[in-house]
Amino acid sequence: MQRPLLVSVFIVASCGLAYELIAGALASYLLGDSVMQFSTVIGVYLFAMGIGSWLSKYVKGNLLLRFIQIELLVGLLGGLSAGLLFLLFTLHNGPFRFTLYGLVLLIGILVGLEIPLIMRILKREVKFDDLVAKVLSFDYIGALAVSVLFPLLLAPHLGLVRSALLFGLMNAAVAAWALWLFRDRIGPLAALRTQCIAVIALLIAAFGFAGQFVSLAEANLYAEDIVHAESSPYQRIVVTKVRDETRLYLNHNLQFSSRDEYRYHEALVHPGLATLPGARNILVLGGGDGMAVREILKYPQVEHITLVDLDPRMTDLFSRSPLLKTLNADALNSPKLKIVNADALQWLEASDAMFDFVVVDFPDPSNHALGKLYSTAFYRLLKQHVAETGRVVVQATSPMYAREAYWTIVTTLEAAGWQTAPYHALVPSFGEWGYILAGKRPYTAPATIRVATRFITPDALPALFHFPADMARVATEANRLDNQNLVRVFEREWGRVQSH
Amino acid sequence: MQRREFLAAGAATMAAVTLAACGGKTKPPLPPGIMTGANDTLGHRLRQRDFPPPTETRRIGVAIAGGGIGGLSAGWRLARSGMDDFLLLDLESETGGNSRAGRNEVSAYPLGAHYLPLPPREARAVKVLLRELGALKGEHEYEEKYLCHAPQERLYRNGYWQDGLLPTLGVPAAERAQYARFQEFIAGLRERRAFTVPLAFSSRDPALLALDKIGFSDWLRSEGYTAPGLHWLTDYACRDDYGTRAFDTSAWAGLHYFACRESEGQVLTAPEGNAWLARGLVQPLTGRVLPSALVWRVEETKREVAIDVYLAAENRSIRLLARELVWAAPLFLLPHVFTAPRPEWLAALKGSDYAPWVVANLTLSAPPGTRAGAGLAWDNVIADSESLGYVVSTHQAMRYAPGPTVLTWYRALHDESAHRSPSRQRRLLQSREAWAEEILADLERPHPEIRELVTRIDVHRHAHAMIRPHPGRLWSGARAAFERNQGRIRFAHADVSGLSLFEEANHRGVKAAEDTLGRLGVSYSSIL
Repeated sequence: MQRPLLVSVFIVASCGLAYELIAGALASYLLGDSVMQFSTVIGVYLFAMGIGSWLSKYVKGNLLLRFIQIELLVGLLGGLSAGLLFLLFTLHNGPFRFTLYGLVLLIGILVGLEIPLIMRILKREVKFDDLVAKVLSFDYIGALAVSVLFPLLLAPHLGLVRSALLFGLMNAAVAAWALWLFRDRIGPLAALRTQCIAVIALLIAAFGFAGQFVSLAEANLYAEDIVHAESSPYQRIVVTKVRDETRLYLNHNLQFSSRDEYRYHEALVHPGLATLPGARNILVLGGGDGMAVREILKYPQVEHITLVDLDPRMTDLFSRSPLLKTLNADALNSPKLKIVNADALQWLEASDAMFDFVVVDFPDPSNHALGKLYSTAFYRLLKQHVAETGRVVVQATSPMYAREAYWTIVTTLEAAGWQTAPYHALVPSFGEWGYILAGKRPYTAPATIRVATRFITPDALPALFHFPADMARVATEANRLDNQNLVRVFEREWGRVQSH
Repeated sequence: MQRREFLAAGAATMAAVTLAACGGKTKPPLPPGIMTGANDTLGHRLRQRDFPPPTETRRIGVAIAGGGIGGLSAGWRLARSGMDDFLLLDLESETGGNSRAGRNEVSAYPLGAHYLPLPPREARAVKVLLRELGALKGEHEYEEKYLCHAPQERLYRNGYWQDGLLPTLGVPAAERAQYARFQEFIAGLRERRAFTVPLAFSSRDPALLALDKIGFSDWLRSEGYTAPGLHWLTDYACRDDYGTRAFDTSAWAGLHYFACRESEGQVLTAPEGNAWLARGLVQPLTGRVLPSALVWRVEETKREVAIDVYLAAENRSIRLLARELVWAAPLFLLPHVFTAPRPEWLAALKGSDYAPWVVANLTLSAPPGTRAGAGLAWDNVIADSESLGYVVSTHQAMRYAPGPTVLTWYRALHDESAHRSPSRQRRLLQSREAWAEEILADLERPHPEIRELVTRIDVHRHAHAMIRPHPGRLWSGARAAFERNQGRIRFAHADVSGLSLFEEANHRGVKAAEDTLGRLGVSYSSIL
């Protein structure tokens, strides 16, 4: 019986370390601050093992039976631990930390029981000094094996949820093996055999469903039904639907809600385009959802629209999905539209096309790469593509939450030689949102808007161009490629908003 | 997503460590590439003067020997004055010297020098060039395209990327106080223009010139600067700009690095490094450049200079009879080429030393990731490495989507010398494969995934990349041998200044050209 039990020690030790690594990695992944997470998880775990070792002296009766039961329990708890924690995290206000340390403590206690029990089982057959040497060395070898395998193979290929289940199965397998080997020394077997089969079946089932489980967890993160989710080389695209409301998220940031996106897109297009009765050639940068194009197509004089969006997955999705096509009025399949999937900066540099109206609808300047799209260099480049009487509109983040960032964009446009007309509109999903009209000549608001609108009407316009005191202009520096001060300002201001 | 990447990267590091421990059996094969370098075989034939005798004689007003920044600047200055009776001879097939570039389907990339700090008021000729190139309006308004985009630099230290190159993370307050004191001292030197570039306009205060006699590290310690971070940065600066270690660099040169410009840190750069500047200089020289042409014998006579030039493409030599010669090749070649080198030249050259460099361009399918700290910058430096880190050639590109890129990795062979025995050049002479392995091992620490991203590694060697400002080299008076009037010969190389800097080469080139114009009786108004 010595050899099988030593093999068990090896497996059991591997599993024990694996749960600790998985809990630490998961906590780092979800909560950040990996040094803190790993230290506290390892600390609690080692302490719990101490408790387990101490408690082992109270374990009496048939030790082999107890060992098998402990193995099954460790397998069950450890195996499901990662999935359980992941699910809990996605439920808002779930008792995540409490459960995390609770689970680590429980698993640690059970793992702490294992080695003393095995030593007690073996002590009648092996000399004490030999026993300690063998058991402990197998224990540490098992730990080494898993600490190498976990980062190399398991975490990258199986993921955390499945890795935990795999180790759970190994614990359960040790239990089953021990049960079979020592069947004549345990006593009545029926109940234990059933428990064994039940645990193994449950873990195998969970392993099979782990994929769906992760998307279930993601669904909880959104608290909405996911109708489409994909990862393009550039971003994670998720479309959700609750009753009659459709939402688009890019990298988990809300892009529009079908309830009020008309406000955002009408405000983006009409104050500018309604003043350009002769506008035939239109350029849209970003805006792969086709909503801005939908508004532009309302103007009969428009002959050509060029949409430049980096991500072909976005434009494909919004030109194919029936649900999304009803939202953008099938704008992306308009014969007037040409879709270019390219880097807008590269495309503009290479192109010599001229436009009467340009919609600049990029993501907010949250990093240095996106910051380039709000620089004096970019706005100067844009100038070479806009007709003398033409106009540009720029989505420019919130003048309310990111006041300095908004006015930095205004200053930047001005530094590049544009005449600006800043305005804002309330989009409930986003809050107060900012836009900037820019042209080579001063702007005058349109007296009439000849196309059908729900939100932007001529009498509503003057208020949009007025900035109340809490959003009023602040002195800022222009955002140049060599300073990128906008990214810093934006990060600071939105960081403040999100920490509330 | 970042946390997921963080985990994956962490796993990859452990994987890399484990694999290395297992003997690296599963390492992917080295990516393809080529090894290029200054035309050394041709250069080394100079020692034997093993060339066919001239078969043709041509007369010319001015010959310029050497097509680096010095020679190009001389030609540029002559052409600007309307003078057109000159010919520039370059050993290489392409001019530009250390400022040459390569290009592939991903990007242009430097083969050597890759940036120009914003020129101070003294570098007037450089400013003239920048205005011509449309990179400068007035005195201070630089074109955004050429100003290095943010973020400019970051340092990998203790597993973390920090902004800027001066180590700050976890540095005790007492050491940071030393940083501040050093910066204040430098600001004072700047204010009084004690050090300038071109260095010819620097203060001649004997107390300052005496700094040339001691090593930079010794000077730092004698001034109470003991902070390891400061010693690291100054050593890095010396390796980067001079190819020497700080202890073996003249303290005058070390301080010059920090104090000679007017502003802090801002630089002009382009995907192709400094090749855009070389292009600006060569532009007015159309038809007056003879590439793959090696000057192998120069004889001064009373009325002219006889210059024997080997044309590699035709495997024959020609003799140029020039009224004036501008020597714009490295000065160590003088004894091998001149039939009667002046004794004071030989004396001045004694003890001169050149740093070999290796510059590798790595083509990547995607930019390398950042595990912790500041994101990819233009200049990315690894603190405990013998390399100087890498610059990102696509950093200045007008694009925002992540995509393939070229990283230019720099290594000054600070412990090898091109002039000592071949056994001291083991690294320089090692194979491309050996270099590729060394480079990947260097970059693997901050970027464990690097081997999967690299599709090509092209290695470029410079055997005599830059002259070294060892203690005593700059202000001992020896350099004056090359500054003085030398009959029909003028020197236009950064070696004359003793510092291998764009501004110095440009200054020497323009100065040599203007002196030549004076001798030829052409009227000009100096741009220096």
